[in-house]
This record gives sequence, C-alpha cells and structure tokens, in this order.
Amino acid sequence: MRHTISVVVENKFGVLARIAGLFSARGYNIASLAVSETLDPGVSCMTIVVEAEDEKILEQIKKQLNRLIDVLTVTDFTKKEHVDRELVIVKVGYSGKDKAKLEDIADKSGAKIIQHKDNTAIIEMVSGQEQIKALLEGLKQFSVKELVRSGRIAMTK
Amino acid sequence: MTGAKILIEALRREGVEAMFGYPGGQVLPIFDALYDVKDIRFILTRHEQGAAHAADGYARATGKPGVCLATSGPGATNLVTGIANAYMDSIPMIAITGQVKSFLIGNDAFQEADITGITRPITKHNYLVKDVRELARIVREAFYIASTGRQGPVLIDIPSDIQMKETEFIWPEKVDIKGYKPTYFGHPGQIKKAAKIISASKKPIIYAGGGVITSGASPELRELAEKIQAPVTWTLMGIGCFPATHKLSLGMLGMHGTAYANHATMEADVIIAVGARFDDRVTGRIDKFAPNAKVIHVDIDPTSISKNVNVDIPIVGDAKNVLGQLLEQIRKAPDTKEWLKTAEGWKKKYPLAYKEKKAIKPQYVVEQISEITKGDAIITTEVGQNQMWAAQWYKYMHPRTFISSGGLGTMGFGFPAALGAKVAYPEKTVFDVAGDGSIQMNIQELATCVCNKINVKIAILNNNYLGMVRQWQELFYKKRYSHTCLANPDFVKLAESFGAVGIRVTKKEDVKKAIQKAISTDNVVLIDFHVEQEENVFPMVPAGEALNNMIEGLA
Repeated sequence: MRHTISVVVENKFGVLARIAGLFSARGYNIASLAVSETLDPGVSCMTIVVEAEDEKILEQIKKQLNRLIDVLTVTDFTKKEHVDRELVIVKVGYSGKDKAKLEDIADKSGAKIIQHKDNTAIIEMVSGQEQIKALLEGLKQFSVKELVRSGRIAMTK
Repeated sequence: MTGAKILIEALRREGVEAMFGYPGGQVLPIFDALYDVKDIRFILTRHEQGAAHAADGYARATGKPGVCLATSGPGATNLVTGIANAYMDSIPMIAITGQVKSFLIGNDAFQEADITGITRPITKHNYLVKDVRELARIVREAFYIASTGRQGPVLIDIPSDIQMKETEFIWPEKVDIKGYKPTYFGHPGQIKKAAKIISASKKPIIYAGGGVITSGASPELRELAEKIQAPVTWTLMGIGCFPATHKLSLGMLGMHGTAYANHATMEADVIIAVGARFDDRVTGRIDKFAPNAKVIHVDIDPTSISKNVNVDIPIVGDAKNVLGQLLEQIRKAPDTKEWLKTAEGWKKKYPLAYKEKKAIKPQYVVEQISEITKGDAIITTEVGQNQMWAAQWYKYMHPRTFISSGGLGTMGFGFPAALGAKVAYPEKTVFDVAGDGSIQMNIQELATCVCNKINVKIAILNNNYLGMVRQWQELFYKKRYSHTCLANPDFVKLAESFGAVGIRVTKKEDVKKAIQKAISTDNVVLIDFHVEQEENVFPMVPAGEALNNMIEGLA
C-alpha cells in the first residue's frame, strides 16, 4: 500500500540523510519526496511517498522516524482525511493540426499551457494523483518529450 | 579559548574523569590541550577499537557516558565497530573524532572519511561541528542525548581548524532539544490495566533486560517479584539485575538460557517484560513464542514495543519509575503457589549441568572464578562459547558486574571493556572470560594495561577452536570444521613479552590455584586454560525452533 507521510524536522544539514537511511536500510524505495521550509525557517516539512510491502515494517519505520532527534512530528495521511497535490510540468511535441486537440485535453483536465513554441507545448498542472494520471494518459497520443513532477505534498483536512 | 580547550572544559563540566583514545594529525590541537590536563585521566590505547570498547566498558561499569577520542579517517573508522556495539546495547558513549579542516571536507583530503555519514545508522545522534561557537552547546547536548531516554552513543566530529579557532566559552544553562522529549513515567491508565492483569494472573513471569540495569531499577524489580511472587528470568543484557541465588530466580532465557527459564516463559499466562526487546535469540521461533501469555511491555523506547511480538499492554517509560508505579497500583498479589512449584519442578528436572571429566571443563573454570570472587568481581566476556559459559556459570549478584557484547556480538570486546571497567573501579577484581579466538582480536591492549597498571585478569578458555562456530558446524553442518580450528601463539610467552604475567593451566587440579594467584598478583595476568576442545554450550535452542524445543545433551 502506498503511504503519504509528512515529517516535520529541524532545518539542519544531515536530516534528510538520516530519514532516507531508515527507508534505504530496509530496501524501501522512496517514490516521491518534497522538502521545503515552513513558516518557521528553522523547521522544514518533508512529504514522503513510499510503497510499504509490509505494514508492520512501515509502522516500525514511523516509530524510528519519531525517534530521530531532529524529527518533530510524523504524520501518516493514509488513514486520515487529507488533501494532496502535486505539480507536474510536461513538454509535449505535436503536429500543427493537433494543436486544438491538445488544448482541449489540457483545458478539460484543468491543466494550463504555459508555452507554445515550434510545435512544442509546456503544460503545467497542479492536482491530485487521479487527475494527473488522467492528463498523462490523455497526452500519450502526443509525443511527450520531458516530464517533471514536484512530488506529492499533503495536509490533513 | 580555542576549540580544543572548549572541548576539554566542556568534558570537565560533564564530569568526565577518564577517557580513552589515540592521537593523530587532525586531533593534534586537542592532544596539545590534553598535555596540561591533570583532572581527566587519559588512557592511550594501542588501537582505536580498543579505545571505543574501553569507553563502552567504562560506561557499562559506571552508568556514566564513556568517552573516546580518535583522529580523522582511519582513526575514526576504527571506532566504528565500538560505536555500533554500544548502539546495539544502548550504552551511553561520546565518540569524539578529528576531521580534516572544514574547507577541505569533501575533497578526499588526506585521512578524510565522512564519519558522520558512516555512523549515522549506528549512533543515537551525531554532529559535525562547523562553527566553534556551537561546540560547547553540542558537547552539552551530546552528553544529554547519550545518557537520557534509550541511551546510546553520540559522535562529535570536529574539524581541526575548528579546534584551533578562538571564541568565548559559554556553557548553556540547560538543554532544550525540540524534537527530543523522552517519556519517563508510564501512562496511569496503562499501569492500572497492567496491575489488574497481574493480580488476576496464575502463572506470571518477569522477563527483565538491560533496561533494568540502565535505569537502576533492580531494587524495584526485586520488590515487584517478591510482592507478586513471580519467577524472574533475564536476558544476556539483564544479567545482574536480580540476584542469581534468589529463590525466584530462573536465570537467563533464550537460545542458551536455562531450560527452566525457557519452559516457564513458554507456559506463562502473563509476561511482564521490563527493559527488554524480545530479541530473536530470546524468543526462538516467534509465532510459537509464549502462546498463552498476555504481554505487558515496559520500555523507554516506543520503537521496541510490538516490534517482534504483539504486546497487550505497552507502557512507555523508564523502568525504575514504571515499576514504582506498578508497585503502588498492585493491591492484590496473585496466587502463584502452584506455578512456583511447577517452576521448581523444572529446575530439578532440567538443571544446568555438564559432565565432569578428567580434562578441564570450561564451565568448571567459570564456576571456580565465581566461587573464588564470590560474585563480587566484574566479569567481561568476549563473544561465543566463552560468553555463554560466563553467562551461565557465574553467579551474578549485582547490576553492572556482567559486561558483554549482546546485540552486536563483537569478538574482541571483552578485554578492552575489562580495561575500561578497571579504570572505573581500580579496587575491584575484573576478569575477562575469553576464548582463544576472541582474545587475539584486541590483544594489543595488553600494552595499554601494563603501561598504565590497569591490572585486568584474563581467563582464556582455550579450546583451539572458534568454539561457537565449531559447535554449529558440529550440530548443523555435519562436523565439517571449515576454518574454525586455530593455530595459536604461546599465550604465556605473549603475555610475558608485554610485561604481563602468563599462567598456563592444563590440569583440573591447578585451576583454582591459578585463579587465586591471578587475583593476588599485582599485575596484568593472563591465564591460558587448556579446556576440553569439543565441549558444547547446552541447553541450546536451534535457530528457528520454538523456545521449549531445546537440545539438552550433556557434553
């Protein structure tokens, strides 16, 4: 099961390595990771998405995250009501006649085309996972040249 | 004040009386400052690993953080095993390392190693000091973190330019770490629930671990056991937390525990686990472990609870406090007469035993050390058969008298640990019960002991094998003794070459005399006991078997 976990930490060097180490030591891959400062510049928030092969092991990882000296709080959003968002930017090549179609897909998905140049469009979208998936599905008929995602961020409702 | 002097002043403020280490290029400013220090005893070991284990042994003997110091690169990496060892057994330790100059870090400078990176998973916390103004605070925090909550090693890496930089010495009044607030008292609701379950139990057992020793909870543990009339078993780390001769004592449980402790644990209806972590060497096959028991688990580290076994009543808190709370809350003692009778029956039916022979039995040697020192010595061990025999056959009466590498199982630990313990308690007899394999892993510390008159006694149970591995090869690998037979040096001559006293014992009737002579000799003494070569440690729960499925065979 996929878990979205937010870890609020002291904004210091080495903290990310400590946290990543708890996952990597067990051979767990971090699917996505977003880190940034909070309102308090001394505190950062990390949102980690991880595929847990074994819930018990994940439980253990969460306890161990809490045990780290620089960790302030750990929240697993999986069983909590929450919103999550991710920013995705896609560079798509298209032939002239398909321009309208591309604009239509972007429009319907709630994505924005931020640049058209030489039959290449850059599309951005901030949304939940399902919607992003739908957009990427729709873009498959074009030639996707580059794709960058920010990693998921989340907040309880 | 320079960074180096700040470091030493900070150590002084933390009450450090002894430290162990080895000099090198990137700690020269610290060693220069140490040159004038009279109130901290500095012990120069012959290997950084020796320094780390000595600091660890010092910490286990005293309860105070042990301090070790090494230079950057190889000095620091040589500490790594010692740090991992302390981490696995939750031992408070401060490891201080020199680092290449700040502006060279990351450049593959001479003797550079990313020691904070390397030790991240084996320290409770670690620091790279980037500003001399932070040094005093960091040392203060490091000691606080190492010695509170679930204790553990903390490493401080100090680049040599920081050691030379000048700033004012400001000692922080108190420590405030936002993300670190250990829980010391048990939740009252949980205490109530636990008390109820204990009162209603018929077959309770107390399973005590190293946490009891760390928190100084032995008196409370004894009071609880006597109040509820529950038998007490303990882990390797828990040895000494309860007097071995007490009528409620069952001895150690687990892979090489007593049969009666293992049977009682498996049959219990309530297990009161205190400061123990249900290690795989303790539980045996986990899905068959204590099938009828409700588990009450007291531990200061929430991470330990429900990690291996499912716990019915988790209580996070310091063992001493929680046991005190429990004692207050338990109004009615359970009726355990029948249960104690059953346990007594197991004790009679399956006693710890070995077959007497003409050859010297290793168990006999440990028994004699026990009798001669009357349980008052500090015993350290190496790892393997020597460790298990030292655990089984010495009657420990007091906490902090058994010092052994539990979690990591580090061969070569016992001798430098004995050195550390002896520095802490020069008036006590300190014996390292060793194997002929293990002792060679840090034998160089003989020089440290002799030079500094740290008169440790070493009892090598010499069977010419890496005995525990050989035992597994005998039992599970068709006696294919692959690379476990040793060609040993002449240990007596070896001891003598260091300026220590060596005694070789090949006859059973000379065992006692040798031990007495070692104790009365005012020097480091190594006794090379030539013991039965293919003796095995029994009972034994084979790996992956249920705890009551023991090989009993008398060897």
